[in-house]
Amino acid sequence: MPEEKQHIYTVSQITQDIKLILENTFAEVWVEGEISNFKAHPSGHFYFSLKDQNALLAAAMFSRSNKNLKFKLEDGLQVICFGKINVYPPRGQYQLIVERIEPKGIGAQQLAFEQLKNKLLKEGLFDASRKKPLPLFPFRIGVVTSVSGAAIRDILQILKKGAGCVDVLIRSVRVQGESAASEIASAIEDFNEFKAVDLVVICRGGGSSEDLWSFNEERVARAVYNSKIPTISAVGHQINVTLSDMVADVFVETPSAAAKIIVDAKNSLLTELGGYRYELNASIQEKIHELSSNLIALRHMLKSPLDRLLEKQQLLDELSLRLSGNIKYSLEISRQKAFALIERLEALSPLAVLSRGYSVTMLLPQDEVIKDIAGLKPKDFIKTILAKGSFTSVVQEVLTDERKNKP
Amino acid sequence: MKEKINLEDDIKKLQKLVEELGSGKLTLGESLKKYEEGIKLAQSCSGLLNDAQRKVELLMKKDGKYSLEKLEEDAQGKDTD
Repeated sequence: MPEEKQHIYTVSQITQDIKLILENTFAEVWVEGEISNFKAHPSGHFYFSLKDQNALLAAAMFSRSNKNLKFKLEDGLQVICFGKINVYPPRGQYQLIVERIEPKGIGAQQLAFEQLKNKLLKEGLFDASRKKPLPLFPFRIGVVTSVSGAAIRDILQILKKGAGCVDVLIRSVRVQGESAASEIASAIEDFNEFKAVDLVVICRGGGSSEDLWSFNEERVARAVYNSKIPTISAVGHQINVTLSDMVADVFVETPSAAAKIIVDAKNSLLTELGGYRYELNASIQEKIHELSSNLIALRHMLKSPLDRLLEKQQLLDELSLRLSGNIKYSLEISRQKAFALIERLEALSPLAVLSRGYSVTMLLPQDEVIKDIAGLKPKDFIKTILAKGSFTSVVQEVLTDERKNKP
Repeated sequence: MKEKINLEDDIKKLQKLVEELGSGKLTLGESLKKYEEGIKLAQSCSGLLNDAQRKVELLMKKDGKYSLEKLEEDAQGKDTD
């Protein structure tokens, strides 16, 4: 039994004293530990425990404190909490009322980024198979950016110089700050609703990772993912990769690079068209060449009457030349034969006989050679041919054969 | 606003013409027709791409209704965020 002098507390009294001591002593504390038994109550309050190897501390983070929390609390997460110890008399429990919470090791923003990235990755928002091809050429692009920013200025300049055929429709939005993410997401949705553009470019010039934060927000990532119109995301500079970049159909490092994609598409299309023209020209030239060759061949086959006449003439000339050659040859042969005959004739000539003293007598006027006396009568004129010269005479008397009469 | 430009279809048509003409199976009359058609298509496509009459407009939305507002190009883009 307690002694008379000793003070006896009621439960409420002692709890009240503990409450005062604890709450005054730990009104502003930093506590490091691992989150476990995390529960998000429908009211928006978070309840969890902080633990280390040997102890456990109940913790609560009310909705007014957690509504701006960028990353997700989850079991196993190492955190540093700032807050105060609170005692809850009805249960005789104390807990840490967390005002601020930071992940240990990496920044809250970085953690939030990683957490959301993992979530979207699991949902398949970055899948290459879900990416839409860009149009062959975007004649009308929608740009989601600040109309007063460097990004749109760069894009307009590059397109003006390199692809002046592209109409640009700008949905001007804030690209940083509280409302930026929802403005960006709505602008993407607006272009999808308004239609009339072939491509949506989501862009912003370079800045710190805090400046670019809006492009890492889930709303923006989902709006990009849900866009029916192909998207190019070009946020910040080389080193910054935002979730918008990762979800978009095409990701380039700068707004200028986005514009260059369009300029390059134009130039390669023009080259392609030039190639087609070249091929068309080559084909038609080949066709004409082929036909003219055919024509030449046909012309050879289809001779004009004049050509045919000339050809015959030529043949005739040739034949007549050959003929005259033949005739000359035949003549020569004949001449030689004639000479041989003449020689032989000379050998048989009566003149040769005459030269030996014989003569030939012919009855005039018919120059009939007289071979016997029959038919010869006195007073007939006769001509006698000698070896040299001739003479006429008159028959004086016809004699019968002297050789017979002479013994 | 550009009227229905279907570059993709035009280029497909053009590719078909180039292929047909290149096959060498056409008569001269058909060839010339395809050639003319092809050259016209190539020229009109190139013409579209080489055009420099672009429009730059702001898409505005008020009470769920959209409107277009011409952007004075000289007046914008002076900030460097």
